[in-house]
Amino acid sequence: MTGAEIADLNLLIDLALLTMLVLVAYVMTKSRHLFAIVMLSGIYSLLSAAFFVSLDAVDVAFTEAAVGAGVSTVLMLGAMLLTVRREKPVRTGRSPLAILVVTLVGSALIYATLDMPPYGDPNSPANSYIGEAYVERTAKEIAVPNIVTAVLASYRGFDTLGETMVIFTAGLGVILLLGAGSARGGKLVSDVEEKESER
Amino acid sequence: MFAVATAAILAGMLLALVRAFAGPTLYDRVLAGNSFGTKTVILIGLMGYLTGRPDFLDIAVLYALLNFASTIAILKFFRYRTLSVSLEGPSADAPKFEERIQ
Repeated sequence: MTGAEIADLNLLIDLALLTMLVLVAYVMTKSRHLFAIVMLSGIYSLLSAAFFVSLDAVDVAFTEAAVGAGVSTVLMLGAMLLTVRREKPVRTGRSPLAILVVTLVGSALIYATLDMPPYGDPNSPANSYIGEAYVERTAKEIAVPNIVTAVLASYRGFDTLGETMVIFTAGLGVILLLGAGSARGGKLVSDVEEKESER
Repeated sequence: MFAVATAAILAGMLLALVRAFAGPTLYDRVLAGNSFGTKTVILIGLMGYLTGRPDFLDIAVLYALLNFASTIAILKFFRYRTLSVSLEGPSADAPKFEERIQ
């Protein structure tokens, strides 16, 4: 296949993925069934991970899949089990002020994107200056095929080590605070409904 | 050929989405989420071959691992309401949550 054909196909895949993202987001806002929303948010993360892969941001995609589809689905399930199964109906009135604010902010954001360089532009700041130097030097200095990995793990290795330590400490603190795997593990934690019936 | 396969996978993703939207039971949605993840894995692999960079296959394999682990985590969480229970069997006081969640 020629390069132009591949670009066309990529565009079609991107369009299909984005359409599905919009569909999932719409159903998530409309649904009142909390479990469905949790599962849909996992699907949303998978879709955006696939979209990131198609944009060549493989590292971002992997983080999205691990955190969004994996961990946060389980965390949201845990939160859901502590509350009720269905969202309470909310008052659905139209507020002109809210619509005005949303329209203004949305159009300002779209206006801001007009200043950005087009996708894949070789002259954009991200693809010129220092980025070029890394592309040239990585092959002979680090010999890692993925340049992003080379930058993360070698050129700024100490920075990454510090980040990992911060995240590890934060996770450790959360585990200690929640007491996971301690005396309460595996036992019934009575929820709101059962407490009310006891009274 | 890869283009046709990609189109078929995208159609399959749409079908899994319909099942996730419609439900109606918990397990329909878990299964829809899981098969959607599998479709994503295949789509990423296909995109690698489509653009002539089969390196993407490694990422697709890692996604398959993640998808499996997260489905197990979700189902285990529903059964025992916590992740700190061994998979070998419920303890005597382990509650059944399927009924309550349905």
